[in-house]
Amino acid sequence: MWPAILATSVGAYLLKLAGLSTPAKVLQSPRVRRIAALLPVALLAALTGVQIFASGEHLVLDARAAGLAFAVGALLVRAPFLVVVLGAAAVAAGLRAVGG
Amino acid sequence: MTDEGWPATRARVLRTAVGVGVAVGTYGVAFGALAVSSGLSVTQALALSMLTFTGASQFALVGVLGTGGSAVAGVATAWLLGSRNALYGLRLAPLLAPGSRRRRLLAAHLVLDESTAVAVAQDDDRAARLGFWATGAAVFVCWNAATAAGALGTEALGDPQAWGLDAAVGAAFLALLWPRLRDRGALPVALAGAGVALAATPLLPPGIPVLLAAVVAVVVGWPEPAAREAGS
Repeated sequence: MWPAILATSVGAYLLKLAGLSTPAKVLQSPRVRRIAALLPVALLAALTGVQIFASGEHLVLDARAAGLAFAVGALLVRAPFLVVVLGAAAVAAGLRAVGG
Repeated sequence: MTDEGWPATRARVLRTAVGVGVAVGTYGVAFGALAVSSGLSVTQALALSMLTFTGASQFALVGVLGTGGSAVAGVATAWLLGSRNALYGLRLAPLLAPGSRRRRLLAAHLVLDESTAVAVAQDDDRAARLGFWATGAAVFVCWNAATAAGALGTEALGDPQAWGLDAAVGAAFLALLWPRLRDRGALPVALAGAGVALAATPLLPPGIPVLLAAVVAVVVGWPEPAAREAGS
């Protein structure tokens, strides 16, 4: 676990420093800018999907999906972050409690 | 310059910085809780918040590890998510310069969504510099205090599944994604990214399907926009 934590930290820091230091040509290319702007969108959506619908290497529909549905509704009415996250947890936990 | 004098500007910027710091703290509580429920110790959760100090990458590492992905896949996803900070640095460099090398090394750690947003929203460079440093410092303090609170609280909680924390991780990813969906063309990329990852889930080891979604960003971002937005 510690190597992963340190590798993540060093990489994150070097990326921040790279932008602040002498602007490299590659970072100024419009293509790199477009891709860098889209990367978080694609990755966060993928992380959301896998976190909710995957169980190991299987796709499943369980209490987590109800939690995500709550989160979508909460985000649509601009609820604060903690309401979104805790509400999703409460919905999933509630369904599991009812289901046994 | 606006009509207000420097003391008024300074007070306004500092108020903004503290407000942003407190708001980000709520994400920190969630991160601490989810990190511990994914198997990290309290110390490891805090180390991530202090050393990595960029929320989406931290959530990603913890999320990939929590769903059974390998450490390599988790670190790679976190790096890809952190690449946007390099672009923030590019925007900040002219505002923060000239500065000593040592100051730049410190400034780099504070390059975030929030410190960049506050800095570039100011009318002049002096206010922008204050906005960057004050917001970075406020977020650092609140983020780490909140991580500790969330991690310690969750350690006392017991079974994370019974509390629905796996659903909370998904909700946290969606909440991080949500404001980015307003950008033009973002929604199709998000749907395609999620679709690719889910389609690959039965075929590839955990963690890899998420990385595969990065290909969507590359494919969509590669062509010159002239072809897509002629006349605009």
